[in-house]
Amino acid sequence: MMDYMVFVVSCVLVNNILLAQFLGNCPFLGTSKRMETAVGMSIAVVFVLVLAGGVTWLTLRYVLTPLKIEYLRTIAFILVIAALVQFVEMFLKRNIPALYAGLGIYLPLITTNCAVLGVCIINIDENYGFVKSLVSSFAYAAGFGLALILFAGLRERILLARVPKPLQDVSIGLITAGLIALSFGAFKGMA
Amino acid sequence: MARTLMQEFTKGLWKEVPPFRLVLGICAALGVSTTVADGVGMGIATTFVLVCGNVLVSLLRKIIPADIRIACFIVIIATFVTIVELVMQAYAYPLFLSLGVFIPLIVVNCILLGRAEAFAYKRGVVASFLDGMGIGIGYTLALAALSAIREIIGSGMFSVPFGPKLVVFDTSWYQPMHFLLTAPGAFLCLGLMLAVMNLAPSK
Repeated sequence: MMDYMVFVVSCVLVNNILLAQFLGNCPFLGTSKRMETAVGMSIAVVFVLVLAGGVTWLTLRYVLTPLKIEYLRTIAFILVIAALVQFVEMFLKRNIPALYAGLGIYLPLITTNCAVLGVCIINIDENYGFVKSLVSSFAYAAGFGLALILFAGLRERILLARVPKPLQDVSIGLITAGLIALSFGAFKGMA
Repeated sequence: MARTLMQEFTKGLWKEVPPFRLVLGICAALGVSTTVADGVGMGIATTFVLVCGNVLVSLLRKIIPADIRIACFIVIIATFVTIVELVMQAYAYPLFLSLGVFIPLIVVNCILLGRAEAFAYKRGVVASFLDGMGIGIGYTLALAALSAIREIIGSGMFSVPFGPKLVVFDTSWYQPMHFLLTAPGAFLCLGLMLAVMNLAPSK
C-alpha cells in the first residue's frame, strides 16, 4: 500500500505529465484561458485516460501479443483510443445527458491529446501490471488536472495585467508555465 | 487567394513556421530540445511523416469519405510513424533511445493532422508535397534553434547532428546554466523565443 502511495505522489507531483514530461501541452495552452474550460477538460481527461490505460493494456496483452504484432502498437493504440472516445461520447449522450452537456465539446479533442497516448505507452514501456497501469493512468491524469487548473487560475489573473506587446498571449503563458514547473521542481526530493 | 507553388513551400519557413507562428507541436519541441542532435533528429522524423502523410492524403482525397476522414488521416499518419519507429530502431538506435516516447507520439502531433485536414485533403499532390516539405523544414529549423540555445548555454556543448559533440564554452572557465536543460528552462526559453519572433515583422 505504501508503495502505491509513493507511486501516486511521484506521478502527480514529481513526474507531472505536463510540467516534467511535456505531454499534453496543446490542450494545456489551448483550454487554460478560462477556469470553466480548464475544469471541463481536466475531468474529461481523467475519465478517458483511466479507461484508455486499461483498454490499451488489455489490447496489448490479449490481442497484439498472441498475434505477435506488438510492433503495430502505435496504430492499434491510437485507433483504440479514438474508438473509445467516440464510444464514451455516444454513451454519455444517450445515458447521462447532463454530464455530456458539460464534457461533450472536450471529448473529441482528447483523441489528439498526446498525454493520453503518452501515458498508455509509458505504462507499457515500464512493464506495469494491469492494476498499476490503472493507478498510474489515474495519477497522471490527476496531475494533468492539477497543473491545468492552477495554470488557468494564473492566466485569468494575467488577463488583468498589462503585458508588453511581444510577450502577450502564448509567450507569457509559456513563461508562466515555466514558473509553475519551477515550483513543482521543489517536490523532486520526495519520491 | 491563389498562391504560387513556391509560396506554398516558403510559407512554412517563416510566415507559418511551427511551433512559433502556428502554435502546434509544442510537446515535442519542449521534450526533445535538450541537444541539437535530438532536436534535428525529431525534426527530420516529423518532416518524413508530414511529407508522406500529406502526399498520401492528397492522392486519396477523392476516395476518403468526408465523415470518417479524421480516422483515415490518423491511420495514414500512424502507418508512417510506425515506419519511422522501425527504421530508427534499426539504423539510429542511440537516437531512438534518447527520443523515447516522443517518436510514437508523432501520431498525435497536431501539426500533422492539421496539415492533412487544412491543406492536403483539399489540394493537389505537388502542392501538398511542397507544403509538407516547407512546414517540416521550418519545424526542423525551429527545433534546431531552440535546442542550440538550450544546449550551448545549458551545457557549453554543441552536438552536431549525426556527428561528434563539440565544446563551445570550455567548462574550465564557463559555468553551464543547467537550468536551461531542465523542464522549467524549456518553457521559459520557448516563451522568450516566441516573444523575440513577435518583435520581428510578420510579413
